[in-house]
Amino acid sequence: MTIPKAMKHERLLRPGNTNCGGCGMSIAFQMFKRSIGNVNVQLVIPACCAAVAAGGFPYSAYGAPVLLSPFASAASTATGMAQVARLNGEDTRVVCWAGDGGTYDIGLASLSGAAERNEDILFVCYDNEIYGNTGGQRSSATPVGAGATNISKGKVEPKKDIIGIMAAHGIPYAATVSLANPDDTKRKFQRSLSEKGFRFVLILSPCPTGWKSDPSMTVELVRLAVRSGLFPTLEVENGNRWTINVEPDFSRAALERYLSLQRRFKKSEINMEVMSEAIDLQWIKLRALAGYNT
Amino acid sequence: MITGNHAAAMAAVLAGRSNRSGRGFCGGVYPITPSTECMEFLCLQNIEKGHVVKVESEHSAMAVCIGASASGARSFTTTSGNGLIYMAENVMVAAYLRLPVVMVVCNRAVGPPWNIWTDHSDSLALRDSGWVQIYCWNNQEVFDAVLLAFRIAEDSQVLLPVMVCQEGFVLSHTMTLTEIAGQDQVDEFLPPLRLPHRLTKTPKVVGSFETSHMIEAHREQHHIAMGMLGQVYSKAQADFERIFGRRPPDPVEAYRIDDAEIAVVSMGTIAETANRVVDKLRDRGVKIGAIRVTMLRPFPFNALKQAFSATTRIVVIDRDISLGFGGVVWGEVRSLAEPDAVVQNFITGLGGGDIRPEHIEKMVYDTLSQQASGPPVFFGVGE
Repeated sequence: MTIPKAMKHERLLRPGNTNCGGCGMSIAFQMFKRSIGNVNVQLVIPACCAAVAAGGFPYSAYGAPVLLSPFASAASTATGMAQVARLNGEDTRVVCWAGDGGTYDIGLASLSGAAERNEDILFVCYDNEIYGNTGGQRSSATPVGAGATNISKGKVEPKKDIIGIMAAHGIPYAATVSLANPDDTKRKFQRSLSEKGFRFVLILSPCPTGWKSDPSMTVELVRLAVRSGLFPTLEVENGNRWTINVEPDFSRAALERYLSLQRRFKKSEINMEVMSEAIDLQWIKLRALAGYNT
Repeated sequence: MITGNHAAAMAAVLAGRSNRSGRGFCGGVYPITPSTECMEFLCLQNIEKGHVVKVESEHSAMAVCIGASASGARSFTTTSGNGLIYMAENVMVAAYLRLPVVMVVCNRAVGPPWNIWTDHSDSLALRDSGWVQIYCWNNQEVFDAVLLAFRIAEDSQVLLPVMVCQEGFVLSHTMTLTEIAGQDQVDEFLPPLRLPHRLTKTPKVVGSFETSHMIEAHREQHHIAMGMLGQVYSKAQADFERIFGRRPPDPVEAYRIDDAEIAVVSMGTIAETANRVVDKLRDRGVKIGAIRVTMLRPFPFNALKQAFSATTRIVVIDRDISLGFGGVVWGEVRSLAEPDAVVQNFITGLGGGDIRPEHIEKMVYDTLSQQASGPPVFFGVGE
């Protein structure tokens, strides 16, 4: 059936949805839609904030068909949908839209399986670095020193390297996306939606509710995370060709301001020295990986 | 001469191909003893407009089926024992989303202890999952039931997934003469799938959030759909007989029950042994009959009540146990017996124990000597 004209220009995440003000995921949806235009997408959303945002039966906050999948199975549910689209010669693009829980933790096995089989799906992870849907418990995506509702001080374990994991699967395309860099983001969304095979996109998605930040500061937080080197903005092709897209300035001022705009790091003993050191170590590794290109 | 596993797979392949003029066939599969050879066969076939995804777990296998079915394709998978239990969340999801997925459960004891042989603990643990459940007693029934399963699952008055159960090793790995069907026969029996709520280009949410009054309505609709199975299955039986030349069993099959004073109730291959015992004891003058439950969900209240009428003693054989309660089949059928009837439960054959005619004979004679029902009896047959 043809899409009514009015729907062609409608948003992917419709106005009136129940997301918190300043939600990084809301911004990501708008940027995604603007980047992809009228490409037919079907969304697979596991349990996460985006699933709640869908709203209650019989309404939908999304301007695309959505299957709310079981928590651990976004990638495998999407696999079934993508295979049937292929069998029927359809141009539909199946897109998983998952939080960090459904990607890094409970969803990791099915994510790995789909990546290994090079299924023709785009897996987008909007990472707010906690289990936001259930109120903010720690996930393996929670950074060192960040607080969560179920840890007494700050997280001890380092943030899991999901891009490294996806690169290790040798998938055609993986990328991190900065909401503060719209041109780079648009290019990446367009590329990740049009390519074939398994594609993975990671979005740093500040959560004012969980991070205790001001809703108006979401994009600024991302900008500072990128500038300080905390959130590398890069892409990896076929698991071995790494390209840094945005050069951080590694400034102390950026890191300081980043920490000052949120309260989730307050309870821990994390300090700027420890964080700077960790950033430096991470970037030595990234430079080495990207070295073939510079 | 084929095994139950291959019979199941062959039927699935034929059914899958039948949807080539529809949206095709796609399922997710994962190996586990004793269902493995069914999925292996399936993976190596050429199914026109079909694809079998070799996933990384049983939970994902059912997720692929959910995604594929929600997109309008015919879908199938198979598993056993702990694999079914690991898959359990998605088994329920498939039913609650009203997706006509067909799954062959090759019944295996859920462990630990780790045991690869058969009992009904796996499929019975999911009797409340919203799936139709069929229990087969030979390879022919397995083949036929898979075809029937797609037919009843996809009926517009039903739209529910169907679980076809075969006992691991006893049926799955034993070769018997089995009549298979031609593709054009299956094409006639299984028209292309039309799923009214499938995903298209229209924005909507499949699997929404709902408040309690909505979920009440949806569960009731599901229950009502279960209630339609009686007439839908009847029609399917008639069409099956017309096209393939053999009549599938009724949800309850009664053997020599008419004037029976004692009846033996069981499911699957145990029922065949029970029938032999009936013949032997009838020759001795015992007024005995046997009742086989082939369709446990929806529960065949009327057929069972009818079969039980005037029977004063009932032996219920359970190849399973609901711990802290007793046999599952016993728990479900006993209230349908006549008020004064002696209903005696025997828990037996767990982990693949071989239930022989002499075992059933003993159960019958023990029950004949009872004046009242007793608690469930563990009747060990294992070696």
